[in-house]
Amino acid sequence: MTAFAALMLRDMRLAVRVGGGALMGALFFLVVVVMVPFAVGPDLKLLAHIGPAILWLGALLASLLTLDRIFALDHDDGSLDVLMTASLPLEVTVTAKAVAHWLTTELPLVVIAPLLGLMLNIEPRAMASLVLTLLAGTPALTFIGLIGAALSVALRRGGLLLAVLVLPLTIPVLIFGVAAAEAAMAEPGRFAAAITVLCALSLISFVIGPFAAAAALRYGLE
Amino acid sequence: MAVIDLANPTRFLRFVERVLPWLALLTLLVFAIGLYRAVNAPDDYQQGATVKIMFLHVPAAWLGMLGWALMSIAALGTLVWRHPLADVAGKAAAPIGAAFTLICLITGSLWGRPTWGTYWVWDARLTSVLVLFLLYLGVLALYWTAEDPGRGARAAAVLTLVGAINLPIIKFSVDWWNTLHQPASILRMGGSAIDSSILWPLLIMALAFTLLFFTLHLAAMRNEILRRRVRALRLMQAQQFAEARP
Repeated sequence: MTAFAALMLRDMRLAVRVGGGALMGALFFLVVVVMVPFAVGPDLKLLAHIGPAILWLGALLASLLTLDRIFALDHDDGSLDVLMTASLPLEVTVTAKAVAHWLTTELPLVVIAPLLGLMLNIEPRAMASLVLTLLAGTPALTFIGLIGAALSVALRRGGLLLAVLVLPLTIPVLIFGVAAAEAAMAEPGRFAAAITVLCALSLISFVIGPFAAAAALRYGLE
Repeated sequence: MAVIDLANPTRFLRFVERVLPWLALLTLLVFAIGLYRAVNAPDDYQQGATVKIMFLHVPAAWLGMLGWALMSIAALGTLVWRHPLADVAGKAAAPIGAAFTLICLITGSLWGRPTWGTYWVWDARLTSVLVLFLLYLGVLALYWTAEDPGRGARAAAVLTLVGAINLPIIKFSVDWWNTLHQPASILRMGGSAIDSSILWPLLIMALAFTLLFFTLHLAAMRNEILRRRVRALRLMQAQQFAEARP
């Protein structure tokens, strides 16, 4: 087994086992989406209109809250120092952790999105497209959030600092994610363009995220 | 003395001591000329006197972006070239650039009310400048919550470089998307679209604000160097006190 796969599996096992970090994100997603009808009222037409936006915002917030788990736990028990001095390049190490994070924390969000869409009165035929947009966009959230997680572990100040750093960088993902979801509901012709841009954002962040995160770890933990 | 000698903080402090009063004087002079020209500039045929908010709004926008560009170069200096004063330069530029961006947003909002009918609209230019302001706040949060100035500066440098992608987006946003905001009228192919009776006061005010930026920046760099020295002295004093106890 390669080092990359071993590291990825380790992180996945830890996320599923310890403290329930994996499903906690999905639980938070559920709670946020349930709160929205209490705030805006139960009008089904309104909920259907803003449904994609609520799902995307909920996914964004849920992934923000689970991002500091990528590095904080390893930093606390010293394994981050071991990983940084290992022979595997730090960029690859960070990518393995990010992929593990996406599989254990973001994928459950995508899986329960149809159920939540039902609660928000989103049309079932638009649900598939909405899930597709989440699938295409959550890697971008993970890899951009990776930068924030690396920056805040270096400074030992987690929590809201991470959110303040990451949210402005994820605004394009949010814009195009919601645009794609709404195009799926209203103008199917524009869905292709929006989801292509979303995939492009994910690919760009897949390249930039690990390099920036590795730089942040290296320079921040010197 | 070569420019490279300024990398030494003591020499840099001496340089600032000599240069800063003259720079401040020059700033005041150019402001006086600029304000005179601005007050006497003609009213716009459509907007009337409110066009003169432009003499504050446009330089503030330019300087907000200049601030981030300066921080990006300083970030490269910190991470790549390991220049001793690069992180001081970046940390000093951040609040000034943030303040200019905030001025740009507020004056633009006040200008939009009489001319567009609304204080705010979510178009490409306004949104990307708001995102720039949020990025400034993020970088400031990094600088201010770090216990070790050097480590905080390096983390902030990484974030600065990641956020630099926003600068071309702001500049070209009015060309790429249909927006309510004025498209490019000064730096564009085919020359400026503004009449020279308003363009010249604008450029003089822009020069005045740029000189103000650099005056404040040099003063802030001096303050940051002195602040770090005070911190080092306090740490030494605490260490001596700890060692003196039996």
